[in-house]
Amino acid sequence: MPDGGPLVLDVQNLNTVFATRGGEVHAVNNVSFSLKKGELLGVVGESGSGKSVTMMSLIGLLPSPPAEVRNGKVMFDGRDLLQTDANTLRDIRGARIGFVFQDPMTSLNPVFTVGYQLREPLIRHMGMNKKAANARAVELLDLVGIPDAAQRLKDFPHQFSGGMRQRVMIAIALACDPEVLIADEPTTALDVTIQAQILELVKELRQKLGMAIIWITHDLGVIAGIADRVMVMYGGQVVEQAPVREIFKNPQHPYTKALLQTIPHVSGERSERLQVIEGQPPMLGAAPTACPFRDRCDVSHDRCERENPERVNTGAGHDVACFLAEKESMNA
Amino acid sequence: MLDNGQKREKLVEVSDLKMHFPIYAGLFRKHVGDVKAVDGVSFDIFDGETLGLVGESGCGKSTCGRAVLRLYDITSGSVKIGGREIGATPQGDLRKMRPTMQMVFQDPQASLNPRMTVEGIIGEPLSEHTDLDRKGKLAKVHELMDAVGLNRAFSSRYPHEFSGGQRQRIGIARALALNPKFIVCDEPIAALDVSIQAQVVNLLEDLQKKLGLTYLFISHDLSMVRHIADRVAVMYLGKIVEVSPRDALYSDPLHPYTKALLSAVPEPDPDVTTDDRVILQGDVPSPSNPPKGCNFCTRCPAVMDICHENEPEFREVSPGRFVACHHHNETTN
Ligand SMILES: Nc1ncnc2c1ncn2[C@@H]1O[C@H](COP(=O)(O)OP(=O)(O)OP(=O)(O)O)[C@@H](O)[C@H]1O
Ligand SMILES: Nc1ncnc2c1ncn2[C@@H]1O[C@H](COP(=O)(O)OP(=O)(O)OP(=O)(O)O)[C@@H](O)[C@H]1O
Ligand SMILES: [Mg+2]
Ligand SMILES: [Mg+2]
Repeated sequence: MPDGGPLVLDVQNLNTVFATRGGEVHAVNNVSFSLKKGELLGVVGESGSGKSVTMMSLIGLLPSPPAEVRNGKVMFDGRDLLQTDANTLRDIRGARIGFVFQDPMTSLNPVFTVGYQLREPLIRHMGMNKKAANARAVELLDLVGIPDAAQRLKDFPHQFSGGMRQRVMIAIALACDPEVLIADEPTTALDVTIQAQILELVKELRQKLGMAIIWITHDLGVIAGIADRVMVMYGGQVVEQAPVREIFKNPQHPYTKALLQTIPHVSGERSERLQVIEGQPPMLGAAPTACPFRDRCDVSHDRCERENPERVNTGAGHDVACFLAEKESMNA
Repeated sequence: MLDNGQKREKLVEVSDLKMHFPIYAGLFRKHVGDVKAVDGVSFDIFDGETLGLVGESGCGKSTCGRAVLRLYDITSGSVKIGGREIGATPQGDLRKMRPTMQMVFQDPQASLNPRMTVEGIIGEPLSEHTDLDRKGKLAKVHELMDAVGLNRAFSSRYPHEFSGGQRQRIGIARALALNPKFIVCDEPIAALDVSIQAQVVNLLEDLQKKLGLTYLFISHDLSMVRHIADRVAVMYLGKIVEVSPRDALYSDPLHPYTKALLSAVPEPDPDVTTDDRVILQGDVPSPSNPPKGCNFCTRCPAVMDICHENEPEFREVSPGRFVACHHHNETTN
């Protein structure tokens, strides 16, 4: 695991707000994190907690309006991506930061063949001719385990199964050997055997190319298997961040603890009923002035109603936004 | 859940179902072959039970679910729902049956109309098939939103204003609107985070108990299938290779593919070693050109000569346990 390697991405105090007919939605609030060369950062968190919006914001993929990135910094290769012009950003996105979207059907263009969509970045960013791009496209589809790769280049997205479309997306994101890969739920539609293949592929690319990876997923099994570090989001904020083993063995935030109790297993005791986290996620109508998890938290107290806890360090590389953890870190 | 002693009625009976998609090529769009997405599957679903359907990406699970609901005109085979054969029923005549059989789709984005509000989307089947007035409809919509964990205050928002997981819950609420008997859930929770997954699964279980629903639950999440399913069908390359009661399948899988699937499940524990894992080698063959003999012979860790020659029969090897594998042909001979 890369320790103290150079930072490839450094995100500071990112805030993203949507203007909707019903008022503002504060989807991302003061999110800060960084990514080292060759590191795999797992991102988990409740549905609607701002994982996708965070990642889309930092590479300028949200249409504005309705989205507005209010402030923050996203440092990549010595420049702030939030201050970078659209053309340069497009080139960076195509070649140096690969992105796999959560929803493959909306990000694959239905009117172009899969082959065209794979060749396009290779021709545009790598300066390949059509023949070379085609050969590389076959190789990429092969790499992600799609049978009959050469044949299937001629097919349109709707002719692929859900999981195959996801693999096509992964192939496109990897096409130009990016320095950073942001993968948003890249394996949700994949069964475990293909997923295992993809995860092996990702580990290999990380080792060979030193690619840094952000991997968003709901599957804590996947996180346990591949992540170096884990970031937990709730209500548009980062509530906990720690090395992977710490998150599983020594979770500090009440949300993280509850989350770990909800997962079913393939072996061992089978529970009749699954644990849930009671209550509703926060509305995000305004910038937070209190702890976003307070209404669903077993251990909340009045201070949680009045103040939003800052992230404090509780151990090696482990920080938590919870007043209880704050106390412990002072006692320690 | 089912009481084992009771006589169980079959709600869904599927026999030798095939769904092939033609492949056309060349200037004159000549028919050059078929994608055999579902290639002769047979299974029953008992009234009030949940049958899990698992298998590799692209093996034909969604196609199978859609074909059972006759969202396609099937290539051949028989599908009976509540004793009624619908395999060849024209689409127009199926309309009357639609409220009783519903589907929750894998791709929430593609199945929600982007120009309708959530209230409109969930309420649409109510307008179409019931005579509730505006107030009654809104009350029902709110009830459904509560049931799937969507905040009522969001009812006038549009689908794109929701996160992926929230959108999936809209689809589930909509499928539940008409109190169906039989629901095909196609990866209904794949896009949800684990705590919402648990909510939705608990919800599906509660509704099942209360309303006697029957589910075909398609998923690649084997731990969730273990939780929700009474019996499990395992599919590989267009065919069903094993059907077993849940506990038997997880503790003693019969088919080598089932064994491989179970061993590949990632455990949510960073200290678990993965050394004893069976990682399947080789590519999934193309469903337009499946191998000779057993479909799994090109990747099976326990392959024998006969597997390259003859297709194994899908047969009941012990009460309630069905498998298509030459290994199990021998042991029972
Ligand atoms: N275009 C939009 N307009 C208004 N609100 C939006 C828009 N897009 C996203 N949101 C809101 O922003 C919040 C964060 O959404 P985001 O998609 O980042 O969640 P997520 O953590 O990726 O969830 P999931 O796990 O379900 O994918 C949600 O509450 C969502 O409703
Ligand atoms: N409309 C279509 N035209 C041609 N081929 C199709 C069509 N729909 C599906 N297929 C093919 O049929 C096979 C099975 O697809 P299906 O969507 O049923 O798989 P699945 O098991 O649901 O996979 P996943 O887990 O990835 O969703 C795939 O090879 C797919 O490419
Ligand atoms: Mg998301
Ligand atoms: Mg599918």
